[in-house]
Amino acid sequence: MAIVYLPYKLRHFSMGSNVIDVNGKNLKELINNLENLFPGIKLELVENNKLKPGLSAVIDGRTTRLGLIHKLKEDSEVHFLPAIAGG
Amino acid sequence: MVSTSDKKEYKVIGTRPIRHDGYDKVTGRAQYGADIKLPGLVLGAVLRSPHAHAIIKNIDTSEAEKIPGVLAVMTSDDLPRLDDVQRASSEESGSEKHLSENVLAYKKVMYKGHAVAALAAIDQNTAEEAIKKIKVDYEILEPVINVDQAMHKDAPIILEDFEADHLGKKVLNTNVALHERYDFGDVEKGFSNSDFVLEKEVNMQTVHQGYIEPHNATAIWDEENRVKIWTSTQGSFVVRDSVSKVLGLDVSRVRVTPMEIGGGFGGKIPIYLEPLAAILSKKSRRPVKLVMTRTDVFEATGPAPGGKVKVKLGVDSSGKMLAAKAVIKLEAGGFPEAFIEAASKCVFSCYDIPSTRIDGYDVIVNKPSSAPYRAPGSPQVAFAIETLVDEICSEKGWNPLEFRIKNVARKGTRTALGPLYTRIGLEECLKAAKKSDHWKSKLDDNLSPGKKRGRGIASGYWFNIGFKSHVNLALNTDGTVALTEGSTDIGGTRASISMQAAEVLGIPAEDVRPTVVDTDSIGYTDVTGGSRTCYATGYAAYLASQKLIQEIEEKAALKWDIDVEEVIYENGIIKSKSDSELKMTLKEFADDSPGGPITANASVDLEEAGGGFGVHIADVEIDESTGKTDVVRYTAIQDCGKAIHPSYVEGQLQGGATQGIGWALNEEYYMSRDGIMENSSYLDYRNAYFLRPSDD
Repeated sequence: MAIVYLPYKLRHFSMGSNVIDVNGKNLKELINNLENLFPGIKLELVENNKLKPGLSAVIDGRTTRLGLIHKLKEDSEVHFLPAIAGG
Repeated sequence: MVSTSDKKEYKVIGTRPIRHDGYDKVTGRAQYGADIKLPGLVLGAVLRSPHAHAIIKNIDTSEAEKIPGVLAVMTSDDLPRLDDVQRASSEESGSEKHLSENVLAYKKVMYKGHAVAALAAIDQNTAEEAIKKIKVDYEILEPVINVDQAMHKDAPIILEDFEADHLGKKVLNTNVALHERYDFGDVEKGFSNSDFVLEKEVNMQTVHQGYIEPHNATAIWDEENRVKIWTSTQGSFVVRDSVSKVLGLDVSRVRVTPMEIGGGFGGKIPIYLEPLAAILSKKSRRPVKLVMTRTDVFEATGPAPGGKVKVKLGVDSSGKMLAAKAVIKLEAGGFPEAFIEAASKCVFSCYDIPSTRIDGYDVIVNKPSSAPYRAPGSPQVAFAIETLVDEICSEKGWNPLEFRIKNVARKGTRTALGPLYTRIGLEECLKAAKKSDHWKSKLDDNLSPGKKRGRGIASGYWFNIGFKSHVNLALNTDGTVALTEGSTDIGGTRASISMQAAEVLGIPAEDVRPTVVDTDSIGYTDVTGGSRTCYATGYAAYLASQKLIQEIEEKAALKWDIDVEEVIYENGIIKSKSDSELKMTLKEFADDSPGGPITANASVDLEEAGGGFGVHIADVEIDESTGKTDVVRYTAIQDCGKAIHPSYVEGQLQGGATQGIGWALNEEYYMSRDGIMENSSYLDYRNAYFLRPSDD
């Protein structure tokens, strides 16, 4: 199972827990499974079948550029973080 | 990143060829935005708010319109009103509404210098005289010019209709546009287990990127409702996308040509003048050029955010960090975006700390809307944490370099935002600092009376990004290769990208001819920023070069009527594996190749490639009576990875260090109580500079 780290502002979905084990072959499936666990969370993560503008997913230490189609490993670590602009 | 295992020998990478744009720049032939001359070109002026915070009750342009030679006048009524929705661009943030309202004030001005109206006239004098005739009726409001004022419970609200996000909750009537929190571990328990807990708050002033070339834009709105723009920018596609939003046009109707750029440092990512020039062109049916004055640049373009950063560290008796907290309050300016996410990512980035909590506040104030400036957010938080680390070491008698090594972040360290570090090079930088002549030397104590010297050391971090880039290659008939790219060249990327292509192709760097082209002539390319260009556009050049070799081999096989597997391309020579008679140089082949032009292209959309760390050592001499401070010795140690063109890397280190020195010692927006910048010229705003850097 992938390990999902929820950002502070979404932890009210998980009763304060910041680490959740979730299945998913790719990010889309993982988010759908998160939605099954915590109804409503998908709206905070996905918009128009993409990660929401301003949101990024860091998978195994790197910010994905593939978004929802990014394939996950059995032990992938997934963080949802604000997208960082500028530089 | 420092690497001791990479033994690959390069022929081009790591050398110092003369930059491809060098002669044009030193002879004055290079074309900057202000140099544009077009048939029928007219010039414009922008009316800017004299107040930091005011409601626009009425704008009367009638007197200006009557002046002979005035061809067009515009206000925000000429722009479509946009929704408060987040832009989806990968490198720009903020809402479409605020993007437009920063370009031209709508109903309210947010800072002194905020554009209110613009006009075009037959010459600059007419434009400047006419702009004074536009009458604006303001209702002046109390300005809010720092985070303390803005976060006070009785503060005037700057964006009354804005819905803020405080830890996921929607909040109205606040100047705090965003409150984010990141926490890992049990930070309070970490503090209670610590032997020493120290706290420090630093107050950071607003500073400007200080690029030499002011912002400029020239536009033609043609009869087919297509807009051509020439501008100084770090990202022509960001300009295209932003302008198309502000003007309500499809992106394909906007074509942006990036001119040479006289510095940016992040400050030339946002748009300012481009939509104004476009609308004035539409109304006047003439090409229109707008150029900012230096005062406009200071007062109306993005500075780096000032603010307050409070850090707290818990350390055990052995000097191991156990817990850390940060409260980061940065000034966004008149519209949200103070880079608190980046600041949060950077604040504890150099250390392995088990428990951390970071609260970041994006605070709206009546100052120009903040823009990126060399690792936005990172210098502000580095100043806070590194000062506190030094104070702890000073108080406990610990060696500040050994303390940093003891607590160093390395591969596998969990960062304060959560993700684990991949391979990074901070530890190697610290060890290199320890071995440096500078660190091993003693401070000179043979000084004039009243002078004292001190030495400081600090670490810092900035991540890089990958993102989208595209490169086209075409083999010229003389054996050189034309390289076209969309990355504007701020710091020598034309050379470094060409060198990566030349390395793969086995030809001299000078035989690759790079050109930065407009948005209709290349695939989408993200901004030159985020420490991405040499990497991502370079990677596209690397892939395109491999494809070009494949194309050369296929056409050589066609020419010689042999199987492609029989052809070898090596260092600019094409030959047959089995027939020694079949051999020619790239030039010979290029002049007579079958099957049409030989071209290749490649696109990438890359993830980041690991963060960059630095360790800097500075010796300063202070006059105790006047406070005058001289930097007498400075050493920068940086995990640069493989230096493609070492001179450019050295230049970046020298430039970055100099800007850091200016930030620390010289520079500051002096703001009056009315929110007016009192030092908006280079006579009074003192950038640091050196006459000649030493290589010592």
